[in-house]
Amino acid sequence: MFIGAIGCEPLQLRRVHLERSRTIDVYRRNGGYEAIKRVLDSMSPDDVINEVKKSVLRGRGGAGFPTGMKWSFVPKDSPKAKYVVCNADESEPGTFKDRYLLERDPHMLIEGMLIAAYALGARTNYIYTRGEYKYLIDIMDVALDEARAAGLLGEKIMGTDFACDIYTHTGAGAYICGEETALLSSLEGFRGHPRMKPPFPAISGLYASPTVVNNVETLTAVPDIIKMGGEAYQKLGTEKSGGTKLWSVSGHVNRPGVYELPMGYDDMEKFIMEDCGGMLNGKQLKAVIPGGSSVYIMRADQIIGKDVRMDYDGLVAGGSMVGSGGFIVMDETVDVFESTKNLTEFYKHESCGWCTPCREGTDWLVKIFKRIDGGGGRPEDARLLLDLCDNIEGKSFCPLGDAAAWPIQSAVKRFPEDFEKHLAGNGQPRK
Amino acid sequence: MAEVLVKIQPPDHPVHMPEPAVFSAAVEAEIDRHLAKYPVKRSAILPLMFIVQRERGYLDPPGVQYLANRLQLRVTDIWEVATFYSMIYTKPTGKYHIQVCKTLSCRIMGEGKVTEHVSKKLGIKPGETTPDGKFSLSLVECLGSCGTAPMFQINFDYYENLTPEKVDQILAALP
Repeated sequence: MFIGAIGCEPLQLRRVHLERSRTIDVYRRNGGYEAIKRVLDSMSPDDVINEVKKSVLRGRGGAGFPTGMKWSFVPKDSPKAKYVVCNADESEPGTFKDRYLLERDPHMLIEGMLIAAYALGARTNYIYTRGEYKYLIDIMDVALDEARAAGLLGEKIMGTDFACDIYTHTGAGAYICGEETALLSSLEGFRGHPRMKPPFPAISGLYASPTVVNNVETLTAVPDIIKMGGEAYQKLGTEKSGGTKLWSVSGHVNRPGVYELPMGYDDMEKFIMEDCGGMLNGKQLKAVIPGGSSVYIMRADQIIGKDVRMDYDGLVAGGSMVGSGGFIVMDETVDVFESTKNLTEFYKHESCGWCTPCREGTDWLVKIFKRIDGGGGRPEDARLLLDLCDNIEGKSFCPLGDAAAWPIQSAVKRFPEDFEKHLAGNGQPRK
Repeated sequence: MAEVLVKIQPPDHPVHMPEPAVFSAAVEAEIDRHLAKYPVKRSAILPLMFIVQRERGYLDPPGVQYLANRLQLRVTDIWEVATFYSMIYTKPTGKYHIQVCKTLSCRIMGEGKVTEHVSKKLGIKPGETTPDGKFSLSLVECLGSCGTAPMFQINFDYYENLTPEKVDQILAALP
């Protein structure tokens, strides 16, 4: 599997190929913990937030919300404790970038969290990692111990009055806990049910205190923003999408992997056909899901010859979204009806059951897919699927409902031939 | 009338509450370390469930009773959380839990062949455990290993880029 940068100098992936890259010695020898030193020596919390604002860093978990703005929502005068929570609950199908950041450069995350904690005045902070990534929690715990021994966690960090602690926390196999309010419910020891917004976590989050929840990739971008300055970081990308972005590439390409690209990389066709080594076994490209399973699926003819720019606006213009940057490439052998059924089963399994449209809707969708798959398709089923999606999208408590509806809506509209084949009863009933 | 309303029927069978599980001093110390991370005890519920599960094979009623006492919660609070999370087992599972990822990237890269091979070799279908209790087989959702598909996780270990031959070697190497 490939891990590296294309079209720019590696920034977040700068150390991943170094020997013993996860140790504090290697991290320090390669520029590590210089940013937190600069912050503690010469910057106020507001300076840090302004620098992050200038960087136009947008949340890498999927929503793309500007990080600096999220940080500025935390009230400065609140008497309550404040928390920074790292969302390492990477569970979006097609996404595996955070895994390699945690595995190979855990100190980069610690430094990013230290800077965030300083900017927000947070004393105690957590890294919420999905339960399946237990080996990464073990790696993180070793790195945290190293940092503690080096005086980078605890009281009087680097001889200043800054005090901060970071702890790991484990999830237990629930996709919904990647949604920030569900994550906080889970971290408090409850079922992972999302909460009503507002109040947003910045006002009332963990233990009803001001909290910032950021993705691993977002927090690991912060040390470089401090070191090179917000403006320089933004200029690596585009005006509205600063910096570089990690893309997880899987499916039918010759070189799957984690790719760091400058935001605004053009174009998507070149990326798949050249950078990722082209299609596996010389087959034809059929479809791409570019942002993790929750975004619109794209047809090959929306990509080939279309110069789709790879950043937040570019992908929307191209007909999809950046999401978590999980690229699933599918060749001509894939039946989009089958692939959509597979993802719908995922959302049904992961629906938390809290609200009716999502709980009942995803279950009903799966039942329809199974009936069609069993040879019982009816011509009006395409309409029925769209109708159901319309009653889930925007009507569920959290975005999981939207995430279940979008792949189906886009698949039915963009690959009608794959659906018609099954609805006409020509689909082979599965044994 | 009010007398009738407040009359509580005693259960016609004895209510059995299991004795809480007992753990070694080393495990108790590990639990203390987790509790120390949080300002609120309840937050440690998932890490503690994993410990109980590791020690007892699954989260059994004595384990639940223990957690309720330790976290000062009701038994129902523990069950409520336990039944939400797919990695918390409330029933016994095999010594080796083979969890094949079935989500899209793995599916299109040959998950079917892996599942079929494991299934044939062990003589069990997904959702079943071998009669000797050594292996359980499950199909699970995305494990974040899409670039190295197909893959499975055995207990907490990742095995990636699987082929039938590789599966044979992996299973043969398990003690």
